[in-house]
Amino acid sequence: MRTEIRFSGFGGQGIILAAVIVGRAAVMYDNKYAVQTQVYGPEARGGASMSAVIIDDEPVLFPKVTSPDIYVIMSQEGFEKYGVSVSGGAIMLVDSSLVHSRPSCRCIEIPATKEARESLGRDIVANIIMLGALVAATGVVSREAIEKAILDSVPRGTEELNLKAMKKGFELAEKVMHG
Amino acid sequence: MQGNTACAEGALAAGCRFFGGYPITPSTEIAEHMALKLPKTGGVFIQMEDEIAGIAAVIGASWTGARAMTATSGPGFSLMMENLGFAVMTETPCVVVNIQRGGPSTGQPTMAAQGDMLQCRFGSHGDYSVIALSPASVQEMYDLTAEAFNLADRFRIPVFVMADEIIGHMREKLVVPDTVTRDDRIPLQKGNLPFRAGDSLVPGFPAFGKGYGVHVTGLTHDERGYPCATSPSVHEDLVTRLVNKVESARNTIASCDVINPDAQVVFISYGAPSRAVEQVLHDIRRDDVGHLRLKVVWPFAESLLSRFANAETFIVPELNMGQIAREIERHTDRTVIPVPKLGGELHNPSDLARLLEELA
Repeated sequence: MRTEIRFSGFGGQGIILAAVIVGRAAVMYDNKYAVQTQVYGPEARGGASMSAVIIDDEPVLFPKVTSPDIYVIMSQEGFEKYGVSVSGGAIMLVDSSLVHSRPSCRCIEIPATKEARESLGRDIVANIIMLGALVAATGVVSREAIEKAILDSVPRGTEELNLKAMKKGFELAEKVMHG
Repeated sequence: MQGNTACAEGALAAGCRFFGGYPITPSTEIAEHMALKLPKTGGVFIQMEDEIAGIAAVIGASWTGARAMTATSGPGFSLMMENLGFAVMTETPCVVVNIQRGGPSTGQPTMAAQGDMLQCRFGSHGDYSVIALSPASVQEMYDLTAEAFNLADRFRIPVFVMADEIIGHMREKLVVPDTVTRDDRIPLQKGNLPFRAGDSLVPGFPAFGKGYGVHVTGLTHDERGYPCATSPSVHEDLVTRLVNKVESARNTIASCDVINPDAQVVFISYGAPSRAVEQVLHDIRRDDVGHLRLKVVWPFAESLLSRFANAETFIVPELNMGQIAREIERHTDRTVIPVPKLGGELHNPSDLARLLEELA
């Protein structure tokens, strides 16, 4: 089954890296197929950033996202640009510390940037909190796969911080899902 | 892995030991990766002052016997045209990767296009023939780049890897083969003239430093390599051989995927739009719709069209205004429907499916 995921936020949050990590988890550790793309514009740090990943049990044919099943939105501008016209059956995870609007589809609020700053002391791992939440809420890749893919992708010396962020994401999503 | 990185890895696996060029979006990751890896393999990476010098350095490196390449896009490709003609005339094997972006001029640096498909075939002056490959996946960025070096060596010509921004920048699974087949240039045999060719029409290669004093010139030259620019027959023989060494082998160079050869309606595609066509065929599951996906676009092997004996209509989606559709029209009496697309985005599969419904 083909699952399309779109990430958006602002340059510097690790929006593209988040999509790369999910794709790597699917391909390298869950034995699935994936294609990762991004809007490759001249956006600088702070501008709107968008990336996407498509995961399938069969080889991915058309490489571009047409109707996302899952959104991960980490900025208000990202919501306005990429999160407004969603299909009713989609799921959207928003970083509720930065995104004020809410979509017409099912929405999971994760205060990722706030938690990254207050519990972990580093804003920069907000994307990894969102990844943890994504996996806990949707099961799009396995928890083991996302953990290995994160470890493959983050700079040496930050492994522990990033795994804490991932687990924080698991926790926050479980709290939302199970009340 | 990203397409551009896979391209560089394919080149390294094929034994490429020289990269000369000038980085340009959306091809830059190829130069970056070669700059990182080549010195560790005993190779040379050199960033030149522009693309004119980049391809010149590649031609020089190739004459030492090394497998050499450059990578560029749009404006850089235009700058290379004169020296590409020099590579054709001097029969210099080299690989030129073009990660196509929107043109003319600086156009759309970060968006995909296939607007250079005729330029790679005809962009330098005079009559000649070259080979152009068109990868449609990250895997093919690796595989076809590696194969490009074999073709360049076999025919002693520039071989183009005509990818685009979508294939260059997307990431997907790459399976690295255990070995990459190497089919190196045949050295000049003692006693033979450096530009006298046998039945293959390709003369043996006298690499610099291997004991031959060879004159290499862009002027029309005789079989010794010496300028002979006013003899009509020497010029006619030379240029005819340069064209025929590629064109007469076009059916063996051809490489493609054929789906549903009995179909009445057949998509013909190369590069990124192939992925939209594959999605359409997967979704509609109709035996009467076929697909010819070209991995080699030039030389164009018109015999491939007759693989679809029942075809009534060929539909040709391209990220340009119908460059290869025009070539197909030249070779068939069937209806050819170009599906041009400009702007940098891929054809949407649902638009192609709608076109099929309108035909019915």
